[in-house]
Amino acid sequence: MKTAPSYMDRKDLLALAVVAALLLVVFPLALDGFRLNLVGKYLTYAFVAVGLVMCWGYGGILSLGQGLFFGLGGYGMAMYLKLEASSVENTKIQSTPGIPDFMDWNQLTSLPWFWEPFHYFIPTLFLIVLVPVAFALLIGSAMFKRRVSGVYFAIITQALAAIATILIIGQQGYTGGVNGITDLRTLMGWDIRTDSAKFVLYFVNAVLLIGVVCCAMFVRDSKLGRILVAMREKEDRVRFSGYSVANFQIFVFCLGAAFAAIGGAMFTLQVGFMSPSLVGIVPSIEMVIFCAVGGRLSIFGAIYGTLLVNYAKTSLSESFPELWLLGLGGLFIAVVLFFPNGLAGIWRDYVQPSIDRVFKLRSKDPTDPGHDVAKAAAAAAE
Amino acid sequence: MFGEYSLGDLGSIFAMQGFAGLILFSVYLLMALGLAIIFGQMGVINMAHGEFMILGAYVTWLTSVFFTEHLPSLFPIYFFVAMALAFCASGALGMLVEWALIKRLYKRPLDTLLATWGLSLILQQVYRSVFGPREVGVTLPDWMMGSLPVTDVVEVQINGLFVMGLTLLITVAVFFMIFRSRFGQQIRAVVLNRQMAGAVGIDTEKVDRLTFGLGCGIAGVAGSAFTMIGSTGPTAGQLYIVDTFLIVVFGGAASLFGTIASAFSISQTQSTLEFFLSGSMAKVITLLTVVGILMLRPQGLFTLKVRR
Amino acid sequence: MAEHDEAGHSRLRRQILMGMAAAPLAGLLPKTAFAQAPATSAVNTTGLAVTDTEVTVGILHSATGTMAISETGSIQAEKLAIEQINAMGGVLGRKIKFIQEDGASDWPTFAEKAKKLLVQDKVAAIMGCWTSASRKAVLPVIEQYNGMLYYPTFYEGLEQSKNVIYTGQEATQQILESLNWVVKEKGAKTFYFIGSDYIWPRTSNKIARKHIENFMKGTKVVGEEYFPLGHTQFNSVINKLKLTKPDVIFTDVVGGSNVAFYKQLKAAGINLDKQILMTISVTEDEIDGIGGENIAGAYSCMKYFQSLDNPNNKEFVAAFKKMWGEKTVIGDVTQAAYLGPWLWKMTVEKAGSFDVDKIAAASDGIEFTKAPEGYVKIHANHHLWSKTRVGLAQKDGQFKVVYESPDLIEPNPFPKGYQ
Repeated sequence: MKTAPSYMDRKDLLALAVVAALLLVVFPLALDGFRLNLVGKYLTYAFVAVGLVMCWGYGGILSLGQGLFFGLGGYGMAMYLKLEASSVENTKIQSTPGIPDFMDWNQLTSLPWFWEPFHYFIPTLFLIVLVPVAFALLIGSAMFKRRVSGVYFAIITQALAAIATILIIGQQGYTGGVNGITDLRTLMGWDIRTDSAKFVLYFVNAVLLIGVVCCAMFVRDSKLGRILVAMREKEDRVRFSGYSVANFQIFVFCLGAAFAAIGGAMFTLQVGFMSPSLVGIVPSIEMVIFCAVGGRLSIFGAIYGTLLVNYAKTSLSESFPELWLLGLGGLFIAVVLFFPNGLAGIWRDYVQPSIDRVFKLRSKDPTDPGHDVAKAAAAAAE
Repeated sequence: MFGEYSLGDLGSIFAMQGFAGLILFSVYLLMALGLAIIFGQMGVINMAHGEFMILGAYVTWLTSVFFTEHLPSLFPIYFFVAMALAFCASGALGMLVEWALIKRLYKRPLDTLLATWGLSLILQQVYRSVFGPREVGVTLPDWMMGSLPVTDVVEVQINGLFVMGLTLLITVAVFFMIFRSRFGQQIRAVVLNRQMAGAVGIDTEKVDRLTFGLGCGIAGVAGSAFTMIGSTGPTAGQLYIVDTFLIVVFGGAASLFGTIASAFSISQTQSTLEFFLSGSMAKVITLLTVVGILMLRPQGLFTLKVRR
Repeated sequence: MAEHDEAGHSRLRRQILMGMAAAPLAGLLPKTAFAQAPATSAVNTTGLAVTDTEVTVGILHSATGTMAISETGSIQAEKLAIEQINAMGGVLGRKIKFIQEDGASDWPTFAEKAKKLLVQDKVAAIMGCWTSASRKAVLPVIEQYNGMLYYPTFYEGLEQSKNVIYTGQEATQQILESLNWVVKEKGAKTFYFIGSDYIWPRTSNKIARKHIENFMKGTKVVGEEYFPLGHTQFNSVINKLKLTKPDVIFTDVVGGSNVAFYKQLKAAGINLDKQILMTISVTEDEIDGIGGENIAGAYSCMKYFQSLDNPNNKEFVAAFKKMWGEKTVIGDVTQAAYLGPWLWKMTVEKAGSFDVDKIAAASDGIEFTKAPEGYVKIHANHHLWSKTRVGLAQKDGQFKVVYESPDLIEPNPFPKGYQ
């Protein structure tokens, strides 16, 4: 344990190991290619959920517009892949060869300027993260500097997601419209549609997610994380102590946006297209639900919550196609009413004590920061 | 743009466009009033607001079917009965929801958002199972369709007038209730300071339940009125949610005057822009303007000093 | 895991069967049974879900979400067709079993479910999709796993795939004849386009505009407007209509917006008995929500109307109502969805195999004489030869057919001169 980084305590390390084992060993062994690809798709939402744990659980900022950032990341990747798929050779039947097919259908005769950087892979990677972060910075600095918070922020971000959807659908010559950007084939010549590619992409996705989780834990356990919690509990006191509350909020909001964007890009790679239906209000709220089901204060909970809700959604809609909304709606209400700390809360309150009893573990280190935070939050939630 | 039209035509355009804007204003205000009460006064984010409206629409449809089959002679006036029933049905469901769900969440406003979103999913599925996934067509009495010619070109839609009248009536009634009645006094007292209100003997739980029911009831009436201009289907309610919330927030959540002012400015902007631009762009620009202004002035147009 | 078991199982069964065929025992079986039901190993060489008695197909539509309004009719029609085919003895002696999946009006879900149907359930064909967006999401999956999709909706064209049979009309089939008719019969000169803002209305209007501007004399488009999906306020555009006074209002508004549009049009005093309105998006299904009294007098361009007067259709309408209730109505897409299972059955029987490659190759030239719309034939480009019709909307929600193209119209998904 001595080699463990100082920001992780033993429990977190154990939890990380469990998640890593689950994602990297158990799932690939237990699931067939189709199901594994599905899990991969779900895990891209987990990026957003982890970001929401940071923004909402720790920072107290509920964004209902994470779909916007997920979409920006996803569209960035989709634009690169689409340009690669639309080589002059592949598109010779068009009136303007070399541009994406939907542009040709909309009488565009040259590539719009903002598509140009997406010809190149490295700039694309930067843009996938930078564009959403720039948006988050803009939105965040406009709102947090003016001390917009809570409900207002939620509704304004929701409106932004709605605007983005209308814009994308309306500007179909530039964006592919309601169909989205489809028929993506290769990444630098590597066919991403084959089963082996899907398998590789799953691992890339899982490793990235674990990286994002580590990053989130680092932020949470740093001094910054503690200020965030303090801010959430008593914003004014933090402000009077001389901290710039707005800057911290902007930072964590940008962090959430960056996570969401990475998830979006991985979504595009694994699913093979990007469409405005992942940008709007409904997906944005669903992602908040994933986070809430997992437990808004638990980074690992976000992953389990995402997997659980999506598994429920998929299996319920397979067996009872016409009734799954009832189950899903009921789940949301139950989580909010009875398990406000989600899966993580159930684990902490019911499962962990009994495990502790069984193994008669010694009492935990009272200075354990993560534990204190959870306790304080549970108290605050009551 | 205007070169091809004569002066007389232009006059009529502006008259008709102004009237169209007023109809839109009434529609927006009617949508937003219920939410202004629930969100503005109680701080509950009711994502199922659209579904309460659709309940009103379905009640209207059921009433119209009932009158066609059993009381055809009274069909011309069924709409008034339907609106009353819609108010009762949505209001009753609202009070039930408050009792079962919202009551437990007053200290966690953001959680009401999640719970009511779940509720909206459930309601949508219930509508779909009960009324079928297809839209239902609500037949209106003949006198409510058509228009009154003012000049050759300018015509005034009767259902537009009806919505305007209804909105006016409900707005006045809400204002009277909130600012002049004893019940309104209690609502305002609870909004301003719940604990003190309780301490002076107001039954805050009852006030909460009735307030929530009132807001939902108004949503029901709005839904009923919307059968004249919009569609009635299980998922139609979702269309209204963003517009409605933006209107309330833009107005300054706690101020009913603000809601009116914001519904007015948003509807006029959109209606005017729609005339010059395509419908899609008009919507985007309107929403962006609203969001832009909200970023500069987050508290909305009007604010109410509240001790939090 | 289940998938492996199933695959293993059927492989085993196939081996037993092959063994049986080789053994003299096979000669003892009644010959007729073999004639009706050829051995599974012979008709299914690619491991589809075909057993000696059953063949599995998928139905993939939205049962929930905003599109459930439209797609319900398609699900009903496909189930009816499958039931009828089974009552007649099935396909190659095998009963059709279907697995229904819910696309939930969400395009990634469509792709996910299509993949599940193909990879896990190994369905022999998929009847499904409605919106262009869902088809575009599903298409790469179908092509990659070599499935067969029967797609029922009239759509914008610009697509053609070995793995898809388009049983609805593509845009030029639906629009051009109707435009010619309205110009010739009604003397229309000016057109105003109003549509929902997405690819199908925009592409259809583009084709209509090119036809009006380049292929007809003295006609022009005086306005073109798009509204976001779900938009419900049309008073501004109605004012513009009053001002520009076009001869024809040409609309492709979809979904709930339709209801708002026609109700507001009527309330604004635009009388459809005097003002010509042509729509390519309103079927009997939509009128259910709009209300017949609000749209009576409008012209709709479709290949099928419930009121079509021919024996095939009478039988179809009676069977549909018997299965789904007296009050259900049947729109163009519902009928096209009904064609799917039948065309598939006939193609399978022609090919003598369930293999997708053989079906794709055998599709060209398949004729269906019992189609409710009359007679259809599959073109080499996997679209249907079909007639187009103009219906006049009546107060009772039905259409009166006022024009029918004399010949079958050739499908042309990539029309020259209209791009």
